[in-house]
Amino acid sequence: MSDAWSFFLFAAFVDNMPLTLFLGLCTFLALSRRTESAIGLGIAMIGVLGVTVPLNYLIYQGLLAPGAWVWAGQPDLDLSYLALIAFIGVIAATVQLLEMLLDRYFPAIHAAFGVFLPLLTVQCAILAGSLFMVERQYTLTESAIFGVGSGVGFAVAVIMLSAIRARLSYADLPAGLRGLGIAFILTGLMSLGFASFAQMAASP
Amino acid sequence: MTSRTSFWTTLTDPLIRQNPVTLQILGICSALAVTTTLATAVTMSVSLTIVLTLAAGIISVIRRHIPDTIRLIVQIVIVASLVIVIDQILQAYFADISRALSVYVGLITTNCLVLGRTEAYARYHAPWPSMIDAFGNGLGYSFVLIVIGTIRELFGQGQLFGVQVLPLADEGGWFTPLGLMLLAPSAFFLLGGLVWVVRSVWSEQAEPPEHSPPLRPEPVE
Repeated sequence: MSDAWSFFLFAAFVDNMPLTLFLGLCTFLALSRRTESAIGLGIAMIGVLGVTVPLNYLIYQGLLAPGAWVWAGQPDLDLSYLALIAFIGVIAATVQLLEMLLDRYFPAIHAAFGVFLPLLTVQCAILAGSLFMVERQYTLTESAIFGVGSGVGFAVAVIMLSAIRARLSYADLPAGLRGLGIAFILTGLMSLGFASFAQMAASP
Repeated sequence: MTSRTSFWTTLTDPLIRQNPVTLQILGICSALAVTTTLATAVTMSVSLTIVLTLAAGIISVIRRHIPDTIRLIVQIVIVASLVIVIDQILQAYFADISRALSVYVGLITTNCLVLGRTEAYARYHAPWPSMIDAFGNGLGYSFVLIVIGTIRELFGQGQLFGVQVLPLADEGGWFTPLGLMLLAPSAFFLLGGLVWVVRSVWSEQAEPPEHSPPLRPEPVE
C-alpha cells in the first residue's frame, strides 16, 4: 500500500469531516432527508474540495505565506493573516465557475445537483479543508489528495445517513425526537462506527 | 410599554423558544467541536457572540446601500474581517486556548448562524433591534455550548475549567472518568438528548411525523 493511498484513506475515513471533526454538519443534516439530494451533495463536495484545496495551496504559498515576496525585495512581508478572506474569495469564485461550466457543458448534471452548489460557499467543511492544509503544512500533492479524500469521506457519510433516515421515517418515534433529535443520535452511532477506522491508515 | 416587551422578546426568544442550535439547525458545526472542555466552549461562545452582534450592527447600518446581487459576498467579507480581528486577539492574549480551538475560530466565518441571522433579520431591521436579536441568538448558542461543555468536561475528566471537581480513582478518589465523553460520538448523543428534552418540554417545537399510521388496520382479505 503506497503512501498516497494510505493518506487518501486517512483523509476519507480517519479524519472524516462530519463524523469526527464536526464539519459541515448544517448541510449534512439538512440534506440527508432524501437519498437523491444526499448523492448530489456528496458529488458536489468531492468536486469543490478537490479543486479548492490545491488552488488555495498555490495562492497561500505564492502570495500570502511569510517570505512569499522575497523576489520583490520584501522578505519580511507576512500576509498570512489575510488567508481567511483569500480562501473565502477563492471558494466563492470556484463554486460560481463550476456552476457556470456545468451549466454550459453538462446541463444534465447541473440540473441534478445545481441547487446545492451555491450553498457550498458557506460550508464549513470546505473552508476547513483549506485551513487544515495550512495548519498541517501539506505539500501540493498531499493537499490535492486531502481535498478529494475528505470529499469522498463526506459523500460516503451523508449517503449512509440518508439511507438510514429514509428507513426511519416510517418508525414511530417519541414526538420530541422526531427529525433533528434522532438524526443527531444516528450521527453519533455512525461516528462510533467510523472511530474503528482509526487503525486503518496512519497519519502522515 | 410595547417597545419594552418587544425588546425583551427579541432578546430572550432565541434563548430556548427559538434557540438557534436546537430549533433552527444553525451553527451546529462549531457547537460540537469545541465542547470537550468548558474553557474552549466559553471562549468560542464569547467570540461568536461578539462577531455576530457587530456583524449584524454593521450590515444593518449599510443595509440600504448593499446591492441585492452581491449581498452575500459583502456580508461574508464583513464577517471575515471581524473574525480575523478576533483570531488575532486570541492568538496574542490567549495562545493556549487559541491553539486548542485550532481552525474553529476561523470557521466562525462560515458559521451558518452568523449568515443566517444577517440574512433573515439584520437585512430588514434597524441597527438597534438587529444587534439585540444577534446578541440574543449568541446567548442561545452559548447556552447550548456551555451545557454540553460542562457535561463533557465534568464526566470526561472530572474537572470544570481545569479544576479537579470530582476526585479521580487513580488519585485516591472515587470517580473513574468516562473516556467516551472526550470523543466525537458523545457530543452527538448529548446534543440529540438536549434536543429531545427541549422539544418534549416545549412540545410545539416537535416536528410532524412524515408518515402517519392508518387509523384502522386495513381488513385482511
